[in-house]
Amino acid sequence: MMLMKRRDFLKAGAAAGALAALYGCAGMGKASGHVVVVGGGYGGATAAKYLRMWSQGGVQVTLVERNPTFVSCPMSNLVVGGTRSMEEITVSYDGLKNTWGVRIIQDDVLAVDPAKRSLRLAKGGELSYDRLVLSPGIEFMWDEIPSLDNAAAQSIILHAWKAGPQTVALRKQLEEMKNGGVYALSIPKAPYRCPPGPYERACLVANYFKQKKPKSKVIILDANEDVVSKKGLFTKAWTDLYKDIVEYRPNSEVKDVDVASKTAILEFDKFKADVLNVVPPHRAGDVATRSGIKLINDRWVDIDWLSMESTSTPGVHVLGDAIFPAPTMPKSGHMANQHGKLAAAAILNLLSGDRPSPTPVLMNTCYSFVDAKNAIHVASVHQYDPATKVVQPVQGAGGVSAARNEIEGKVALGWARNIWADMLT
Amino acid sequence: MKLLPTVAGLGLLAATGFTQAADPNLARNLAATCANCHGTNGKAVPGAGLDALNGIDKAKTLQKLADFRSGAKPASIMHQIVKGYTDEQLDLIATYLAAQK
Repeated sequence: MMLMKRRDFLKAGAAAGALAALYGCAGMGKASGHVVVVGGGYGGATAAKYLRMWSQGGVQVTLVERNPTFVSCPMSNLVVGGTRSMEEITVSYDGLKNTWGVRIIQDDVLAVDPAKRSLRLAKGGELSYDRLVLSPGIEFMWDEIPSLDNAAAQSIILHAWKAGPQTVALRKQLEEMKNGGVYALSIPKAPYRCPPGPYERACLVANYFKQKKPKSKVIILDANEDVVSKKGLFTKAWTDLYKDIVEYRPNSEVKDVDVASKTAILEFDKFKADVLNVVPPHRAGDVATRSGIKLINDRWVDIDWLSMESTSTPGVHVLGDAIFPAPTMPKSGHMANQHGKLAAAAILNLLSGDRPSPTPVLMNTCYSFVDAKNAIHVASVHQYDPATKVVQPVQGAGGVSAARNEIEGKVALGWARNIWADMLT
Repeated sequence: MKLLPTVAGLGLLAATGFTQAADPNLARNLAATCANCHGTNGKAVPGAGLDALNGIDKAKTLQKLADFRSGAKPASIMHQIVKGYTDEQLDLIATYLAAQK
């Protein structure tokens, strides 16, 4: 039985509060209560750490995460391309537990009861909360690719759009593919997780082919009418570096597949591959869609940008790829981390009886590799606009790289080490 | 006419950031937007190639940011990011980071 002893949390909270007072932090650390965070990715792990850090231990935090370790989606295309290992993109949750005092439960959440402020765990037991943070990431809409709507098919035609076993399996398929084979990658219509990610993957698979299997092809089947992110930089990389390898096909939405022959079925056409990699359309993760929280387009959670709190369900804050994004805001790990901090600050204010800050700021940086060493970026800054009640991109700020370069390749790896530490250490 | 200097004083305070400084956590929250790349509270991971910002003199940080903005200091990305923040916000960030050990 996994019943949380809330009284013990409150006692511990009071002790930590006394500790904060001892160190002379008047006006800080006065928030108390129990926050449950569901999902330990870029958003949830950041929220958990910052809730503990900014409350100086005054707020108790329980993180429910189904995986034993954190595996990063950003940088996972380097594993697919064969220049990095899984170990290099995997980080332990021990820092959250030991340094920050986050209680970690490895489990799935079955259902949330927002009226009772409690949730039910798959392995049994309930958790009660004063505030809940849902950072569930994405779920694939398998019904959009009907033949893939079963586990057997999903182990043959991979998405590798959640880092982990699928990443390893895709790498294996590419290694086993013959020289002269065809790798096809299908991209769903935007919005999807990591806008530049598929184009980066195409580059890194092409880079592998160029070195080891030069007669092979990379075919991009894009449901969108054009390259969604960093268009000029990616198309230049395909022309300069992978002229006879990469072929880009816009308006090529995959409607279904034939699993046995690894054939993508488009509206008026078919495409047979040796390695078929289908990224299906996605929506907010199951725990969000099952909790009666208001969604936009039946897919993404509608939130208040001052607090990341659901517009329909008080006490439930939602982060990361699961939310309906603000204008030009990408579904990225970097942005989820920023959501986590915005939510942590707002929750601590709310638990102290204050209002959330009226002037939140979020910023984004996404690096993409175009080969093993060269990277490109896109960046933006988003400030809250009281008139529209949405964070809006600052005009004249942000932008993309002038050209691919090795400096940004080094910075991209440094970015990963720093953001992982910012979330988990 | 004792009111006049008070009003003028308030105007000056507003112009120098009194309004936002009323939120005691604003500087902390703004500085946290830098932490993804530059480390929690500006303490960058050693050897990862990104500048640590903690404990750096405020004037030095502000000069660096101004040079990114003007283009005097070459950058891969900071010249684009700095333009997303107001001078008042940059001042709060630099002040907060300077105070971090």
